[in-house]
Amino acid sequence: MSHSEQPVFIALQANHDTLPIVDAIRADNPLAVVHEYPAMVKIDAPGHLVVRRESVEERLGRPFDLRELQINLVSLAGELDETDDEFTLQWKAA
Amino acid sequence: MTVEIRTQSVKPLRQTFGHIARRFGDKPASRYQEGTYDLQTETNRHYKPLWDPERDIYDTRRTAVTMRDWYALKDPRQFYYGSYTIARAKQQEALDRQMEFAEKRALLRALPEAARQAIVFTLVPLRHYEWGANTNQCLVAAYGWGTALTQAAMLGAMDRLGMAQHLSRIGLLVDGNSGESLAGAKQHWVAHADWQPLRREVERSFVVRDPIEALVAQCLVADGLVYPLFYQQYDAWMARRHGVGLATVLDHLTRWHDETAKWVDAVVKTIVAESPENRELVQGWVDRWRTAFTGALAPLAEASMGEDGAAALAAVNTALGQRLVKLGLAS
Repeated sequence: MSHSEQPVFIALQANHDTLPIVDAIRADNPLAVVHEYPAMVKIDAPGHLVVRRESVEERLGRPFDLRELQINLVSLAGELDETDDEFTLQWKAA
Repeated sequence: MTVEIRTQSVKPLRQTFGHIARRFGDKPASRYQEGTYDLQTETNRHYKPLWDPERDIYDTRRTAVTMRDWYALKDPRQFYYGSYTIARAKQQEALDRQMEFAEKRALLRALPEAARQAIVFTLVPLRHYEWGANTNQCLVAAYGWGTALTQAAMLGAMDRLGMAQHLSRIGLLVDGNSGESLAGAKQHWVAHADWQPLRREVERSFVVRDPIEALVAQCLVADGLVYPLFYQQYDAWMARRHGVGLATVLDHLTRWHDETAKWVDAVVKTIVAESPENRELVQGWVDRWRTAFTGALAPLAEASMGEDGAAALAAVNTALGQRLVKLGLAS
């Protein structure tokens, strides 16, 4: 099974609570591009994007449950894989 | 499929305050950053303090420690007033449910008389220790330099009052709300031979004038021994004999200590890493106060845990040594 390079994206509300999440995504996904819109942040990445709990916690200063993402989630594209530590978007099929 | 969103967006000319942008660049800043960095006045004061005319109201010379940037002492928990009160409110809700459970099931009231007396002797007097810690953390907040340090120190000082209140509530759970346990605990603190060494060291710590020494003595060394000794070692010792009823109400203290230790460790580690002079100073303070408090806790360890006391204290002291190594100090 090969992995596609088609873009995946995640869109979050642009507020104080998502600042550390966006920061963590920037740090963990070097190929990701962040687009700022009024009240929304849309992050595109080729084929794969991961949100790591640990990276968010480092920036947030408190324990973080990845499901808290859902509070500010606007939209996403890609096949979603959720564990306690990583929230991953990718296209698995070619 | 890509979605193209057409928008008319108005970008703000500035994303944050000038002093924050000078530190971090012109991008949106977190509330912790805006509520902490460069907040304390540094210039244009009108008069010298009457109580210390040789120095300024805020003066870096009140401590022997030197830092190029006192705002390097960032709080990893990122507590400013807003996030602090919200976090504590959540914890209080959980705590109240724990206390209600303990009350309803008479977890402490139904313990045998000897166990109840042991709790009043060993744990409830620590509310006075917490008052002492509040005093010391107030000194750090008063004479420390820079909002990063003083804000966290003051929030911690308020926490100590919360811990004292919690210990009082434990006493009231034991004595069925009569208040006898509080009077009894105070007598132990003031007059019982086994408590006097700890009380003496707490009162000695009151005459420390260097705010960083006070921080090291209280928050790193004393708490680093007292909390694991009483709320983990003694808790486990009691659980083996009387079940886990007591543990349900001591959990809160251990959780708070673990959270606070993140702040203490970050501050001490940063200070120690800054210069060999700082490291030497902090090491000296750690050594002095560690000797003082381990000595002071020995009679209490024995009085509360009998022949297991010495080993418990030694274990706690060893663990503190391992923690010190992580901070760049000697074990």
